[in-house]
Amino acid sequence: MTHIAIADQEPHLHHPKTFIGKYIWSQDHKVIAIQYASTAIFVGLVALLLSVLMRLQLGYPETFEFINPNVYLQYVTMHGMIMVIYLLTALLLGGFGNYLIPLMVGTRDMVFPYLNMLSYWFYLLSVIILMASFFVPGGPTGAGWTLYPPQAITEGTPGAGVGIIMMLASLAVFIVAFTMGGLNYVTTILQARTRGMTLMRMPLSIWGIFIATVLGLFAFPALLVSAIMMLFDTVVGTSFFMPAILSLGEPLQHEGGSPILFQHLFWFFGHPEVYIVALPAFGMVSDVLSVHARKNIFGYRMMVWAIVIIGGLSFVVWAHHMYVSGMNPYFGFFFATTTLIIAVPTAIKVYNWVLTLWRGDIHLTVPMLFAIGFIFTFTHGGLSGLFLGNVVVDLPLSDTFFVVAHFHMVMGVSPIMVLFAAIYHWFPLISGKQLHTGLGKLHFWGTFLGTYAIYLPMHYLGFLGVPRRYYALGEASFIPESAHALNEDITIAAIIVALFQIVFIINVIWTLRSGPKSERNPWGAASLEWQTPDVPPKHGNWGDELPVVHRWAYDYSVPGVEEDFIPQNVPDSEVPGHPEHPEFKPKDSREED
Amino acid sequence: MVIAVVLLALVVFTVIVHLASPWWLTPLASNWGSIDSTIEISFWVTGVVFVAVNLFLAWVVWRYRHTNKHKAHYEPENKPLEGGLTLVTAIGVAAMLTPGLIVWANIVNVPEDAQVAEAIGQQWQWTYRFPGDDGELGSADARHVTVNNPFGLNPEDPTGQDDVLINSHRIHLPVDESVKLYLRSTDVLHNFAVPQFRIKMDLVPGTETHQWFEPSRTGTFDILCEELCGIAHYTMRGQVVVEERAAFDDWLARFPTFAETQRQPQIDLAAGEQLFTSCAGCHGQDGAGNPDQNAPNLTALTPDYMARQLRYYRDGIRGTHREDTAGQQMAAIAQSLFSGESPGADQRNLLAYIDQLPDVDSPATIDGDPKRGRRVYEPCAACHGVNAEGRPMLSAPQLAGQADWYLRRQLEHFSLGWRGEHPEDQYGTQMQLMTRTIKSPERLENLLAYLSSL
Repeated sequence: MTHIAIADQEPHLHHPKTFIGKYIWSQDHKVIAIQYASTAIFVGLVALLLSVLMRLQLGYPETFEFINPNVYLQYVTMHGMIMVIYLLTALLLGGFGNYLIPLMVGTRDMVFPYLNMLSYWFYLLSVIILMASFFVPGGPTGAGWTLYPPQAITEGTPGAGVGIIMMLASLAVFIVAFTMGGLNYVTTILQARTRGMTLMRMPLSIWGIFIATVLGLFAFPALLVSAIMMLFDTVVGTSFFMPAILSLGEPLQHEGGSPILFQHLFWFFGHPEVYIVALPAFGMVSDVLSVHARKNIFGYRMMVWAIVIIGGLSFVVWAHHMYVSGMNPYFGFFFATTTLIIAVPTAIKVYNWVLTLWRGDIHLTVPMLFAIGFIFTFTHGGLSGLFLGNVVVDLPLSDTFFVVAHFHMVMGVSPIMVLFAAIYHWFPLISGKQLHTGLGKLHFWGTFLGTYAIYLPMHYLGFLGVPRRYYALGEASFIPESAHALNEDITIAAIIVALFQIVFIINVIWTLRSGPKSERNPWGAASLEWQTPDVPPKHGNWGDELPVVHRWAYDYSVPGVEEDFIPQNVPDSEVPGHPEHPEFKPKDSREED
Repeated sequence: MVIAVVLLALVVFTVIVHLASPWWLTPLASNWGSIDSTIEISFWVTGVVFVAVNLFLAWVVWRYRHTNKHKAHYEPENKPLEGGLTLVTAIGVAAMLTPGLIVWANIVNVPEDAQVAEAIGQQWQWTYRFPGDDGELGSADARHVTVNNPFGLNPEDPTGQDDVLINSHRIHLPVDESVKLYLRSTDVLHNFAVPQFRIKMDLVPGTETHQWFEPSRTGTFDILCEELCGIAHYTMRGQVVVEERAAFDDWLARFPTFAETQRQPQIDLAAGEQLFTSCAGCHGQDGAGNPDQNAPNLTALTPDYMARQLRYYRDGIRGTHREDTAGQQMAAIAQSLFSGESPGADQRNLLAYIDQLPDVDSPATIDGDPKRGRRVYEPCAACHGVNAEGRPMLSAPQLAGQADWYLRRQLEHFSLGWRGEHPEDQYGTQMQLMTRTIKSPERLENLLAYLSSL
């Protein structure tokens, strides 16, 4: 049931008059989306730089004087945390979620625009706290992005004093920001869709964002409580996660806490987090594939249910991150089973993406290239997940570079392929200009081939048994010289991939400054966001009247119809070639009989 | 168009990399071949899917690329196709999961006749414990840990008195006998992993975990900590020596029981002073050392450190490299030093005498920038202390007050592999790995200048 009054809140929209009101303290979901996205991309570049520094140490352990074990672990930790939370979650939901939801469901703004604005400013605050931790005594925490206690808060770990407190505080603020944004997304999708926009007519982007947000609203509280409990442990001296232990030979005043409790809480958040990142990406890539193949998404209903089922299952697989954590080993049976079951709906999604292309009319545009690249990298990353999910196979591979390679393929490279696909795809809508195709293709090839050159061989270091989070491998009887050489090669590939991102930045800056104006709907997309009266859409999105939706978002190449797409807001009677059209003339005389 | 060819090429490339990869599972050395088989099954299932999906993708992209001649097909759903693919996927998943769960059941169920042993992790070293004749490990807890009871055994527990304590990073195990290895940590999380054994398990402070395996061939295998445990995580290495039962028994008999380590022997300082005369020639009457004799400052060293080094010199663990002339000299002296009836008591008396000598500071001889050196020292501080005072609980010697020329030589020897190379040198590997953080001669000089300034 949609509520048009909520969708059409024109009389109540707060139209700002000043520059500050329009672009800084803005309540317009599109401006907030751009604020979110720019901040996220900025911290993402910081995290990219950290990964290059990390790779320099791994590739050339004797060379870089400023990288000691302390800073190395700080690079590892901050790279991971920034990429997962402050880049991917923020860009996919705060950025694309904010931009696309009102436009795709046909409303004038989020239902709580003021809360939406607050969400961004809390997010910015969390980023500032996080970045500030680089400048405090002892530097940021180096506990690994998983922040496992006791190590995270005891001496012997970089940033165990101030750094970890800043990290936990930043996470808590981020979660407040996410909750304000997330409640908005869910309420807007459920309550403010325009007339005719039934749930089963929503584009898959919205389904992905919707379910991911619901997951976030359930999962982030687990991280929030564990952050607060750890803050208490380190600041007040409680013992939620701290048993009686020594720290570098000195007894600590803790007793009775459980380090494994933290891991359960962390992964109860952490695993759904994978899908908080993956599901919006799944949704957006479905739409990109469909538009650029001029073909409806294959098996739409199955795709929706797969998103819902994956979302549900993602809450009962968390302990597959903990097979070797010392938890009760009988849990292994349950979690291996649930984990491998999740492969079925995930595989269906992959099949349906490929089958969407099958018998399509594939335009190999830049967004399409990234989307095809995604299918390849995600298939690879998803399949390697079947190794780690199967508890016995996890034993030799856990905590090795196989894990690093797997999760980078599946939740690093793959969502980022989709993010680029999405940026190239929606850039004309957001800015009114189209990114340069040649530079875009260059960016694609460098990124796609480069990342595969990084991560394919990395799996084999894992099979060999090379552990992750090692400052230097040193000598071990099972590590051959060639592994060190391979590490060098991976570092070179990583640097090349990082450099290719400069092409992207140049492309964006050049296009914004002097790129040609794009057409209104350059890809011929049928979904609602391209049907606004103005491109880029103005505040309030829809001009005088909200659109009315007559069909799903995937009416491409409908037989008999002249155009190869029918926008969602066009009724059958206005589609040239459609039997309902007043000027419809059947071509085939037999049909008249 | 290009993308279709590239996808095809990537599939071929991936298969070739897989088949030709020199990096693969290390040769198995335990009973867990069934894990390898499950990996193989997983490879077949996932490999077929990977190749099939991506080749189909490449073909589709090539076959249905945009031309002006065709229009896309309109087919929202295809129930039989979707259902069929779901079924095939479910079968593939079951084919991997079923053997996986069967093997897991074997891993969960420890054989009743498995022998018991314990690995203890602390930042950043391994030690081990075997039960005595009663076949039972006594209770232990981090709260019992002291310098004299580093294993944290409960002194009141009678079952722990005969436990054999292995204060070494090397554990020996008999071949072809299953062992249930208990895992205990006294500080943070660690992980006991031997790649050739295939399995691994975390050590969790506050509780005890375990794993079981049966070493299937003799040899020496590296133990790695695979759960991030702080800045020296990468140096937390140990070794498993798998050998025949008889050799194992001989090895185990060399180690003391808990009760034996708790006896407090009498100290005779006069006897120690007597023995010290043979040291004073090089190290000086005040023990302050002498660069001309290559003799370090003994007053800056603790008895437990000196005891360990004397043992290393005596047993050919230190001072054996032909380029280490000063070390060879000391090794010869250590071997002849305690020729009396009770060498153990002699050594204790000597070290007690040295320990009560007043501390003498060593003059700085190396130019460097102590301010910059402070940054170089950062990773060292975790073990050696913020003021380089040493931490006996971590067996990390004091560095403050020691002669800088001596420290320089030792650090150089570690990084050249002249010291710390012997497999029995418990902290040698660790120091070799830690010296990699120094990275340049200037930084070494700055470090030494900083240490001299403390």
